[in-house]
Amino acid sequence: MADSTEVPIRESETPTISITVDFYGGLDTLFGKGQHKLAIPAADKSGSPSTIGFLVTHLCETKMNDPRTDLFVLDGHIRPGILVLINEADWELEGEEAYEIQSGDNVVFVSTLHGG
Amino acid sequence: MAPALCAICKTGRALIKRPKNHTKLCKSCFINIFEDEVHHTITSSQLFYPGEKVAIGASGGKDSTVLASVLKTLNERHGYGLELVLLSIDEGIKGYRDDSLETVKKNAVEYDMPLLVVGYDELYGWTMDQVVETIGKKGNCTYCGVFRRQALDRGAKMLGIRHVVTGHNADDVAETVLMNLLRGDLSRLSRSTSIVTGDNKSEVKRSKPLKYSYEKEIVLYAHHKKLEYFSTECIYSPEAFRGSARTLIKQLERVRPSAILDIVRSGEDMARLVPGESASSCGGCKSKTETPVAAPEDDAGGCGSSNGRNPGGEMAAMDKQLRENEEAEGLEVDITKLVLESKNRQKEKQRDSATKNGGGNPKPTTRQVLGKCQRCGYMSSQDTCQACTLLEGLNKNRPQIQI
Ligand SMILES: [Zn+2]
Ligand SMILES: [Zn+2]
Repeated sequence: MADSTEVPIRESETPTISITVDFYGGLDTLFGKGQHKLAIPAADKSGSPSTIGFLVTHLCETKMNDPRTDLFVLDGHIRPGILVLINEADWELEGEEAYEIQSGDNVVFVSTLHGG
Repeated sequence: MAPALCAICKTGRALIKRPKNHTKLCKSCFINIFEDEVHHTITSSQLFYPGEKVAIGASGGKDSTVLASVLKTLNERHGYGLELVLLSIDEGIKGYRDDSLETVKKNAVEYDMPLLVVGYDELYGWTMDQVVETIGKKGNCTYCGVFRRQALDRGAKMLGIRHVVTGHNADDVAETVLMNLLRGDLSRLSRSTSIVTGDNKSEVKRSKPLKYSYEKEIVLYAHHKKLEYFSTECIYSPEAFRGSARTLIKQLERVRPSAILDIVRSGEDMARLVPGESASSCGGCKSKTETPVAAPEDDAGGCGSSNGRNPGGEMAAMDKQLRENEEAEGLEVDITKLVLESKNRQKEKQRDSATKNGGGNPKPTTRQVLGKCQRCGYMSSQDTCQACTLLEGLNKNRPQIQI
C-alpha cells in the first residue's frame, strides 16, 4: 500500500504524509465511495505528530459531505460501533486514537450499525 | 509498537482482538475459530437434521451474508447434509430493496444457492410504498416491522420450507434483552433469548445460529473474507439509526467488551426464572438436552433488514417510548380507531393487540398461551395476529385511496 510518489507540499510549507482511507458499512455514504488517497498534515496545530485522533477530526472537517457528523463522531471520538483498522489490524492493537500515522498507512472505517 | 503475534499459531501477525476475551489472533486463526464456534452452537443446540431443507433469511446485509457464507462452509466441512436456499423478502420499497436484492443475487451465484424472493404484495396484498401512500410516513415502521416479523415464515410456508435461519447476532439479542428489561416485560425477554422459535410441530421453525457471535466479529469476518454485503438505512426510518438501546450496547462494549455476551447470558438466566419458559444456553454449555421453544412474534423487528431485525426497529420503538410518547400515542389511537371502525368483533382483544403494536405496555410476567391467529393461522397470543389487525385497517382504507 506504500505510496512512492512525491509527497505534495502545500503552500503553507506544512509537511504532509500520504495515506489511504476506506469507508464501509454505510460510512461510504458520508464520505463517498472508493478508496481515498489523502495527504494529511504530518503534525497537528501543536506540532505533535498526527494521530488517528487527529485524522478523525481532520476527516470530519475536510471530507465529510453530510451534515450528520454524529453518525461518525460522538463527543469528539469515533462513534462506538464503528470499527477502525490500521493496515488491516484492529486499532485496539495499535494504540487506538494515539497511534501515530506513518506515511503509506491504510486506515479503514467500518460501521457495524447498519441492518444485517 | 512491535506487532503482536497470534495467540493460537504464534506465527501470524495478530490483526484481531476478540471482544469476548481479548485474545489476539491472526486472520486465518480468527476465521477458523469464528466458524468453529458457530459449528459448536449448531451442534450443541441440535439446530439441524441431515437432509433438512433450510431457508436463510437473506437481506444482502452483513449478518445474513456472513450466515450464508458460514453455513455453506460448515455444511461442506462437517457434512450437515443441508439443502440451503436463500429467502429474501421484498417489502416493495422502491429503490431500497432493489440494490440489496442485487447483492443477494450475487451471493446466490457465489454460494451456489437457489434464491427465492417473496414480496409483501404476494404475502399481504400491500407493498410498503402503498402502505405509506395510505397512512403516511408516520408510524409506517410499525407496519413494516409487524409484516416483516411474519414475512419469512409466511414466505417459507408458501414455498414448503419448514426451517428459516436468520442472522440475529449477540448484539441483537443483548439489545432485545435490555429493551424488554427496560419495559419490564420478562415474558418477552425470556422468549427473545431462545435460539429456536417454534419446534418440529410448528409449520415453520426459526433459529439464529449467530446468536453468540459478536456483531463486531461478524463485520470483521466479512471484511477479512472480503464478502460483499449491502448497508443502507430504510429510507422510511432515517431516525431509527440513532436508537438508544443500540447506542447503549455499543457504549457498554467500548468500556467492557464482554458485556454483550454477559447480557445474553443474563437474559438466558432470567428466562429460566420465568414460569413456563425455557431458554437455550450454550454459554458454558450447561444444558443441551431440550430444544427451547418460543413464540415467533417476539423477535426484534422493524426496518432495515429482511432478517426481521435491525439496529433501528426495536430502538425506534424504544425511542418512541422514551422521548416521543405523544407520537406513539397518536399511533396507538390511529390503529385502535381503525380496528373499532371495523365490525366491532372481539373489540377488547383487538384493542389490546393494537395497543401492543404502538410500542408496548408492560405486561404481567405470566406465561402466555400461544394460540393461532383465527384468520391466517400464524402463531399468536391474540385471536387475531398483529399483521391481520393492521391489514384489516389498511384494507378498509383502500377503496378511498383508489378513488
Ligand atoms: Zn494464527
Ligand atoms: Zn393473522
